[in-house]
Amino acid sequence: MAIDKKLLKKESLDQLFSRLKSSGRSILAPVNRGEQIFFEQVNSPGEMAKDYIQTTLSAKGAVFPRCEELFSYRFEAQEVKLEDRKSEPKPTVIFGLRPCDAASFAVLNSVFTWDYQDELFKSRLEKTAVIGLSCKKADEYCFCASVGGGPGETQGSDILLTELSSGNYLAEIVTDKGRDLAALAPELFGPAPAEDKEKNLAAVAKQFELKTLNAKLSQLFDKNQLWVEQSLRCLGCGACAFVCPACVCFDLQDEAGRKGGVRLRCWDSCGFSLFTLHTSGHNPRSVQSQRWRQRLMHKFAYMPERQNFVGCVGCGRCSRLCPADMNLIEHLKEIAENRE
Amino acid sequence: MSEFEPKIIAFVCNWCTYAGADLTGTSRIKYASNVRMVRLPCTGRIDFMLLLKAFDQGADGIIVSGCHPGDCHYTAGNFHARRRWMVFRELLDFIGIDLRRIHFAWISAAEGGKFAEFVNQVTGEIKKLGPYESFQKAMSAGIE
Amino acid sequence: MEELRKKAREALASGAAQVVLGYGKGSGKKARAVFIRKPDQADKLILDDSCVQNLAVYLKKPEVRALGKPAIVSRLPTMRALLQLASENQVAEKDLLVLGVSHDGKLLDLPEFKAMEDYVATAPLELTAEERAELDKIQKLSLDERWRYWQEQFAKCVKCYACRAACPLCYCANCLAECNQPQWLPVPSHQRGNLEWHIIRAMHLAGRCVSCGDCSRACPAGIPLHLLNRKLAEELFRNFKSRAGMSAKGEYALGVFKPEDKENFIK
Repeated sequence: MAIDKKLLKKESLDQLFSRLKSSGRSILAPVNRGEQIFFEQVNSPGEMAKDYIQTTLSAKGAVFPRCEELFSYRFEAQEVKLEDRKSEPKPTVIFGLRPCDAASFAVLNSVFTWDYQDELFKSRLEKTAVIGLSCKKADEYCFCASVGGGPGETQGSDILLTELSSGNYLAEIVTDKGRDLAALAPELFGPAPAEDKEKNLAAVAKQFELKTLNAKLSQLFDKNQLWVEQSLRCLGCGACAFVCPACVCFDLQDEAGRKGGVRLRCWDSCGFSLFTLHTSGHNPRSVQSQRWRQRLMHKFAYMPERQNFVGCVGCGRCSRLCPADMNLIEHLKEIAENRE
Repeated sequence: MSEFEPKIIAFVCNWCTYAGADLTGTSRIKYASNVRMVRLPCTGRIDFMLLLKAFDQGADGIIVSGCHPGDCHYTAGNFHARRRWMVFRELLDFIGIDLRRIHFAWISAAEGGKFAEFVNQVTGEIKKLGPYESFQKAMSAGIE
Repeated sequence: MEELRKKAREALASGAAQVVLGYGKGSGKKARAVFIRKPDQADKLILDDSCVQNLAVYLKKPEVRALGKPAIVSRLPTMRALLQLASENQVAEKDLLVLGVSHDGKLLDLPEFKAMEDYVATAPLELTAEERAELDKIQKLSLDERWRYWQEQFAKCVKCYACRAACPLCYCANCLAECNQPQWLPVPSHQRGNLEWHIIRAMHLAGRCVSCGDCSRACPAGIPLHLLNRKLAEELFRNFKSRAGMSAKGEYALGVFKPEDKENFIK
C-alpha cells in the first residue's frame, strides 16, 4: 500500500484532536509531570509535552496494561461462577509516539499472537491507532538505527508526522487505519509539502551490526566471566523491563475476598530473582549475571531465532533510567566488536 | 434514608482488652454494635499492616487496644507496640490517611465500663466522618 | 582524587584488599560503580559531584562478595550504611576497608569502624534548610491535599522495585514483597498495591534508613520516595533521639523501648 503524503498545519492540531474525540476515541499523548513525561489522556494539543527526546515510560500500557483484569469470579453456595471482564477496550489514538516506540507494537504482537492468540491484547491493538512523530533530536542513548529502525521510520505508525522548518507537519498516511483517521478531517490534510523529510530528522548512527551481534551471542552462553563482568554493577532492580516498550513478561495474580475475586495480569521482569524461582526452592537463574545474560540473549538471540523479531527497538530508555548506568549499547558493542 | 453504620475493626490483646470487653458484656452494659473484634495474644503482635489491611477490606474506622504500660501479660509487648504506633501514625498522617479514623487505648480486663465508653465515643466520631470513601476509591483504582 | 587513586593502588598492591569498589566515569553526566582489581586500573577512579550512588548497596551481591575483600570509597551516607549494616550483623569490620571521603572530597584516614563512628558523630546530620522546606511543603498541605498528592505520586509507580534494589538496607533474601503465603502485599501495580508497598517499605526502613536518597534517584517514575523515609527518620530522632548508621553497635529504634516513651494519642 502506497504512503499518502500530505501537509498538516500546526494550527490544525486543535481541530484534529476535537474530531478524534467526537468520533468516540480517547487520545493518549506525552504530558509533563515534574521532570518526567508520561502518556496520559489529553483533550487538546496544548496539554502535550514539547521539545523532548523520549518519554519516561513507554506507551505499551495502551495495549498491554500495567494491571489488567482478565476475568472475575463469584462464590455462590458450592459453586464458582466465572464472569467475563466487564469493560471493552476503548478506541484510542496514541499521539506523538516516536518511531522506535511505534515499531515496538509489532514486537509485542509477535509474542502475543505466536502460539496462542491473546484476544485481550488483540482487541486492544485493533482499537489503537498511532499518530507518530519523527525525531528531530536524538541523544547518546538512542540506537534505533542499530536495530533496524530510524528517526523517521513509518513502520508501526498509522500516520507519521514530521515537523518541518515551518513548524507545520509532513503527514505520511501509512495504513488503512491512518486513512480512516484522516477521513475524519479531510480538509485538514493539504497537498504534500515540497520540503525534504530527511532534512528534518535527527542523525542516529548505526553503532553495531545486528547480524554480527547475533552470530557472536550464539557462541557466548557459557562464557560466564563475560556475563559476570558486564553485570557487576547491575542492581537487579527491574526498571529496564518496566520502561521497555518491547518487554512482555507478565505475572498472573488472583485477588479474592470471601465473596469472590478477580484474576489480574500485571507486568513482570526477568531481572527479578523471583522470576525463575521454582517451588522446590531451586533457582536456575540465581545470580544477576545469569539474569543479565537472559535479558540480552532473549532480546537479541532467542527472539530473532524464534519470532524473526529483535526484541528491542533502540529507544534507549533502559540506559537513560538505569540507576546503575548499565548502558545497554556499550555492552552490545563490546560483544559485537570484541568477542571471538 | 437509613443512617450510616460504620464498620469498625478492633485489634485487641487477649489478656486485657478482650477480657475487658467480656466484662462489659457480663455486666450487661450496652454499647454500639459496629465493632468487629480481632483478638491477638498481645498488642506487640499487631503488625502495622493489619491496620492498613482493615481499611483495605472496607473498614471505616479502627480501634487498637491492649494492656496498660507496665502491665503487659508478656512484660514488654505493649512497649514495643507503642513505639511502632508512634512511628506508623506519623507515616499515615504524612501520606494523608485520616488519623481520626484510628483510635488507640489502654483498656484492662477490669475496665468493662471504659471499653463501652470508648467504643461508643469512637463509633460516634466515625459516624460523623462518614464512610471512608476516598480510601475505598483508591482500593479499586488502577486496574484496566 | 589522586590521593584516592594512590590509596587504592596501595591497597590492591599490598593485598590489603582484592577489589576497590569506587566510582568511574559513566555515560552522559553520570558516574558508575567500578570494581578495580588491578593496581594499574586505579586511574579509572574518579571523585566529583556526580559520585552520589551509595556503594554499600553492592555488598548485597554474591558476585561482588566473591571478588574478595573490598575497599569501598565511602562518602557520609555510605559510611552510615556500613555502620548500620554492621549493627545488623551484615558486615564485619575485618571484611572490608573503608576509603572515607569527606564532603569536600578529601581522603579520610579511617582504619577501623571506631574512626568512622567518630567522623559520623561530628558530621552535619540535621536537615538542611532546603531539605526541611521540601518536607514542610507537604506537611503544610491539608489532609485531603496530602492524600491527593501521594495518590498522584503512587499512581506513577510501576512496582519495578528499583527503590528496593538501590537501597543498601533492603537486603532481605526473602523480601516480604515476595511472600505469597499469605500474599501479604499485592503484586500488581494498581493503586492499592502501590500504596501498600511504599508504606511497608517506609516502615521497614524506619530507624534504619541512612538518608542517601538512592531510592528516589533509582525510581524511573520520579516519585520522591526519599521524603517518606526522611520524614520517618526525623520523627524517630524527634521522639527517641535515635539516628540510623551512627554506630556499629547501634540499636534498632523499633526493637527497643523505654518505659518513659511519651505519646499523646492513647486513651
